[in-house]
Amino acid sequence: MKKEITKAGKATLARTETPTLDFGHAWDYAPAPESSDHVKIESRYDLFIGGEWKAPKSKKYFATVSPSTEQKLAEVADANAADVDDAVKAARKAYDTHWGKMPGKERAKYIFRIARAMQEKARELSVVETMDGGKPIKESRDVDVPLAAAHFFYHAGWADKLDLAFHGRRVRPLGVAGQIIPWNFPLLMAAWKIAPALAGGNTVVLKPAETTPLTALMLAKIIQEAELPPGVVNIITGAGQTGAALASHKDVNKVAFTGSTDIGKLIQKNLAGSGKKLTLELGGKAANIIFADAPIDQAVDGIVNGIYFNQGHVCCAGSRLLVEESVHDLVVKKLRDRIATLRVGDPLDKNTDIGAINSKMQYEKIHELIAAGEAEGGERYTAPCKLPSKGYFIAPTFFTGVSMSSRIAREEIFGPVLSIMTFRTPDEAVEKANNTMYGLSAGIWTDKGAKIFWMTQRLKAGVIWGNTFNKFDPTSPFGGYKESGFGREGGRQGLSAYVEVE
Amino acid sequence: MAKKATKERAYITSIGTVAAGRVSVNKAYKMYVGGAFVRSESGRYFQVAASAVAGSADPDVVNIPLGSRKDGRDAVLVAKNAHEPWAGRTAFNRGQILYRLAEVMESRRAELTASLTRAGSTAAEALAEVSASIDRAVYYSGFCDKISSLLASHNPVSGPHFGFTVPESMGVVAIVAPEEPALLGLLSTILPVIASGNTAVVIASKRDPRTAVVFCECLATSDLPGGVVNVLTGDASEIAPHLAKHREVNAMDTWSDDDALRTLLEQEGAGSVKRMRSHDARACARLRDESGQGIGYIEKFLEFKTVWHPVGV
Repeated sequence: MKKEITKAGKATLARTETPTLDFGHAWDYAPAPESSDHVKIESRYDLFIGGEWKAPKSKKYFATVSPSTEQKLAEVADANAADVDDAVKAARKAYDTHWGKMPGKERAKYIFRIARAMQEKARELSVVETMDGGKPIKESRDVDVPLAAAHFFYHAGWADKLDLAFHGRRVRPLGVAGQIIPWNFPLLMAAWKIAPALAGGNTVVLKPAETTPLTALMLAKIIQEAELPPGVVNIITGAGQTGAALASHKDVNKVAFTGSTDIGKLIQKNLAGSGKKLTLELGGKAANIIFADAPIDQAVDGIVNGIYFNQGHVCCAGSRLLVEESVHDLVVKKLRDRIATLRVGDPLDKNTDIGAINSKMQYEKIHELIAAGEAEGGERYTAPCKLPSKGYFIAPTFFTGVSMSSRIAREEIFGPVLSIMTFRTPDEAVEKANNTMYGLSAGIWTDKGAKIFWMTQRLKAGVIWGNTFNKFDPTSPFGGYKESGFGREGGRQGLSAYVEVE
Repeated sequence: MAKKATKERAYITSIGTVAAGRVSVNKAYKMYVGGAFVRSESGRYFQVAASAVAGSADPDVVNIPLGSRKDGRDAVLVAKNAHEPWAGRTAFNRGQILYRLAEVMESRRAELTASLTRAGSTAAEALAEVSASIDRAVYYSGFCDKISSLLASHNPVSGPHFGFTVPESMGVVAIVAPEEPALLGLLSTILPVIASGNTAVVIASKRDPRTAVVFCECLATSDLPGGVVNVLTGDASEIAPHLAKHREVNAMDTWSDDDALRTLLEQEGAGSVKRMRSHDARACARLRDESGQGIGYIEKFLEFKTVWHPVGV
């Protein structure tokens, strides 16, 4: 049901070109570019298989491009089925000859080495992550890279304590894990996959996303320098076909996939009857729920953090705002004023809040959904942020008057676009929040603690944030309900994905 | 240059080369309190003799501070003040510091091994004990951020309440370290205590206090904040009873084959309802193998706090 917007409300919202707050030049910041001249990016990368860099049997390479400048950064190998086979063979050999038999306390020390080296190379990794993927340096430096190193540190400590994690039951590794990761948190997703797999005693073949291969390849170099036995971790680059070849390879015991729900379903169907273990971390359309008794100013920043952090390229983004009707106009006004202050631009500038959209393809997809939002009757507001002339940039946008059945209320946009709807009672908030095939995350904003726990008991979401949003930690299990996938990453519960427990 | 070995002493530097005519610098062994190396306020000392070992910079006899009751009291004050900041750090941070300890110990393998050999271990025994100690430091460093996942609970109470129980550190723990093994025993009793956020006042082995001091040098260079671990040298029978009576010491962990001392300490501890743990010689020996580490060692120094909150709109 479309919410009735008052005439005054309509007039306010229509003024997209003239913000009600005007800071003049008081908010002009001097440029604060992060230096990138100490960073080493090779012109061409091969495949990391069996502890060595090997040219692809496909003889093909493809370019990876900076989405903020549209410049080519490097060429990476395009692994074909034969290359995938080599990588799986190397992983199998490493598992059979040493890794599968190595005592946990020795495996642990290798994993600690990786964590420490990532901390030593943190700045370089952050800069490359920003250049390759488009996210602001503030985020890659302060969130992605520290969390990725922490994941290795955390899981190193489990390698010799697996019996404790499973209440004394006997625990065995699975063997070879085939892992496919997305482009939104490239290094962090690699850490989420590799660290628990190694802790559990498995060997790994990992394929990073085709638009963001570089930090995974730098991680391969770290692993090589840490002198992990050859073949324990293999990193192969490629696109959809490489991923398909890996996910369906006969000698992979376990498949882990993070990406779109559509591909996740294909993989699950493909593995039917094979006996292979699978975990999926798929899309989301999380409800960020604001009650009238919420701390409103903090809630508005929570909205911004929920949908504009990482350009909205977050599976657990708070992409649906459910706001209690009585505070709808207040929240929308504050949100509109707040997003006008966000800086969209060069992701290597330390002042930038919102970086580049990851790729041309994603940029076009977001615009398609924005157009659909307008066509289906939503009222669009886009912040009047100045955008760079080159690169793929979209200013923060929200829609009011969104109906529950419209595309922008149901489909994952994966961009800085928020769909706003209202509710009157907590029961209605629960009903609307759960009315989705997804179930990855949710946010609840209220000053009343009892109400938070009442809501957490009823929301069908794997991760729920109370008076906060987008908080991650290696100790905190992450994963979805329903079609957002199954399995957890992080915490004691996340270990189950990579072991057989008797 | 050739020397008449029967008539003249060969002066040996710490890296084992014979430097004819060069006089070595003797190390002063001190206690470790509040992040600094200090002598006993009493000024007293005792002597420890050592086997002459190639590569040792020590003379045959060294003076070690003989800690006093007041040293114990001073150390408790320091440990008490260090508790809240230490417990307030993230578990991840504590884990990183313990890992750094392992890094530092690994880089000081030679010195630690030489110290154990001076106290009478064979080279092979010393090597094994040092390796086991470093690996145990790695083991506990990986434990800090897992304690809650394993020992906390959500309590499914009957009624509309969200209830949970979380482990917390106790505060200051007094430790009478085992006489043997001097390094592995010391480390095995200290690390599970501090991993969860407790601070410690430790009485080191009287038989081999020198190794304890070298271990403290590792602690001092591992980013461990001063005051988290405080190590006194001297007589456990003199200092420990006062620690057992001290009201700011929350728990005591006694590793001793002296049955009378263990009983005395338990009696003294009762006056302040202290959490007392005692271990005999067999338990000390068990520290040498895999059963010398584990969650049980950590759990013994945790309090459990249960919290209730209503659920409802």
